[in-house]
Amino acid sequence: MEILVAISVGVMTSCGVFLVLRSSTFTVVVGLTLLSYAVNVFLLSMGRLKVGAPAIIDPAAEQYADPLPQALVLTAIVIAFGMTAFVIVLALKARGELGNDHVDGRDFTRNKEEGS
Amino acid sequence: MTHWIILPVLMPLVGGLLQLLTQRCGLPAQRVLGLVLTGGLVALSIWVLVMGQSGVTQVYNLGNWPAPFGIVLVLDRLAAMMLLLTSVLAMATLSYASIMRVDGQGPHFHVLFQLQLFGLNGAFLTGDVFNLFVFFEVLLLASYGLVLHGSGAARTRAGLHYVVINLIGSTLFLFAVGALYGAVGTLNIADMAVKVAEAPAERSGLITAAGLLLLMVFGLKAAMFPLYLWLPRAYANTSAPVAALFAIMTKVGLYAIVRVHGTVFAQGAGELAGLHIPWVLGGGLVTLLMAALGVLAARGLREQVAYLALASVATLLVAIGLNRPDSLAAGLYYLIHSTLLTAAFFLLADLIAQNRGTASDQFATPALLPTGKGFGIAFFFAVVALTGIPPLSGFVGKIMILDAAMAHPWRWIVLPGVLVSSFLILIAMARSTSFLFFRPQQAENQTEDVQADDLPHKSAMWCVATLLVAAPLLVVLAGDMMAFTTETVTQLQAVPAYIEAVLRNPLTGGGK
Repeated sequence: MEILVAISVGVMTSCGVFLVLRSSTFTVVVGLTLLSYAVNVFLLSMGRLKVGAPAIIDPAAEQYADPLPQALVLTAIVIAFGMTAFVIVLALKARGELGNDHVDGRDFTRNKEEGS
Repeated sequence: MTHWIILPVLMPLVGGLLQLLTQRCGLPAQRVLGLVLTGGLVALSIWVLVMGQSGVTQVYNLGNWPAPFGIVLVLDRLAAMMLLLTSVLAMATLSYASIMRVDGQGPHFHVLFQLQLFGLNGAFLTGDVFNLFVFFEVLLLASYGLVLHGSGAARTRAGLHYVVINLIGSTLFLFAVGALYGAVGTLNIADMAVKVAEAPAERSGLITAAGLLLLMVFGLKAAMFPLYLWLPRAYANTSAPVAALFAIMTKVGLYAIVRVHGTVFAQGAGELAGLHIPWVLGGGLVTLLMAALGVLAARGLREQVAYLALASVATLLVAIGLNRPDSLAAGLYYLIHSTLLTAAFFLLADLIAQNRGTASDQFATPALLPTGKGFGIAFFFAVVALTGIPPLSGFVGKIMILDAAMAHPWRWIVLPGVLVSSFLILIAMARSTSFLFFRPQQAENQTEDVQADDLPHKSAMWCVATLLVAAPLLVVLAGDMMAFTTETVTQLQAVPAYIEAVLRNPLTGGGK
């Protein structure tokens, strides 16, 4: 399970980094979302991976999962959710005001066509 | 009873909510409420500073949970100083925004302003790394709104970059916090210092990686090389009061480095002690050089001031990187000076740009300044203070930092680095002064009606003047200020006392 979690965090992070480096705002937003997924799984695994262990006190439980990373992930999810909503609205505003969805507000392909 | 420690955090939060309710009463009511709230915050910060003056680190357990398990707010001299600096800066910028009617250019300015103060004050007071992340998010979210306040294509473009890079920074922050938690099993800064010192040798690689990742995040907020590229554009394109308030935003990153890294990787951390220091010093020196070149190359006054803000951050990074008590004390003195003066310069640049008609703040087109004399004096004053020529406070601060650098092994890099960049900045500022004030011509399409609304500009100048007065005041009171910052650094570097205060803080009502 450790290997599976580690690989999924790695794949999501690298995909996220790749997408964030793209030039259109939509892929950047998708990349940010993937990065925040990766960090959520990473945070959860930092409390050590355990299956079927309760996080709150239970007399019948033999071992406990660390409750703190779960609380952190919950906070991180809420924040990432709000931020994603905000950045989508901002990307739409930029699309409207700048006329294209390039992150620098310049449409290089169209300029090239006009130039030729 | 230490409940009052939470007041500087609660007051702007409640203030923000009140502003939301006052919205339907119109802008004048919001302005009055905003100024009353911020004025109250200044008074509260002064009181907190006096209370923090006792030299005892005061701790407030939120929800009355004991320290490593619950979240704590910690008030020491440094936090109290930052609170007062923030509220004074907020008062000046809010007055400017109200006088120049910047707050009417878009919705929710006053709400966002109070929430920004809420995030800033929280970040200064918290004693917990994850709580620091949450307050960073609060202040960033408010700052996203403020950066985009008003409108315009340039602002949206710069705002998009600012938002995206800070979102990536937040993700990295979570990675760093997660890795640190995985390595030492705590998030409380004091407890982390204890656990890092006790950590087995095979964990030190993970702790180093997490610590440096965290430094990268704080470096991003503080605009350390190579993560400074977002700053000039965002600061140059946003509205003036917001840019002026953001003079404190980069200092939050510096504060976080001093607070978190300075405590966790202090002398007691064994072989991990001071792992951030060479990076901070090296990064600071390169940032300083880049900022000086940016000041030289700037095409407009606001861009130039943004690079000046970057140069002041870089000087502070150097002061932190020298990692000596006297350099840190000098750095704190320089921090007060540079925050207030950079803010004043942002406001002044905006006033000058508005009076130059369509030429705005660009150096390409000469334009006549209708009321050149007042601007000229203020501009000259600000330039002297910020470039660090005698007799104003920039000179005193820089000379003390350089004096501290004399005993450092890197002195033959630090001294020329600081002096050469100061010289470059001086050349650039002399050129801007002569362009703006000594070669004025009537621009082709500059009309006379810019003089029409002269009255708000005159009262806005008072806001700038109030901030500028800080420079001579800091020189006159330099002895007292240095005594204060030296005491602050002594308290800051007494890490065992900090740990003791946080982890042994008695619960209210004698619980446990």
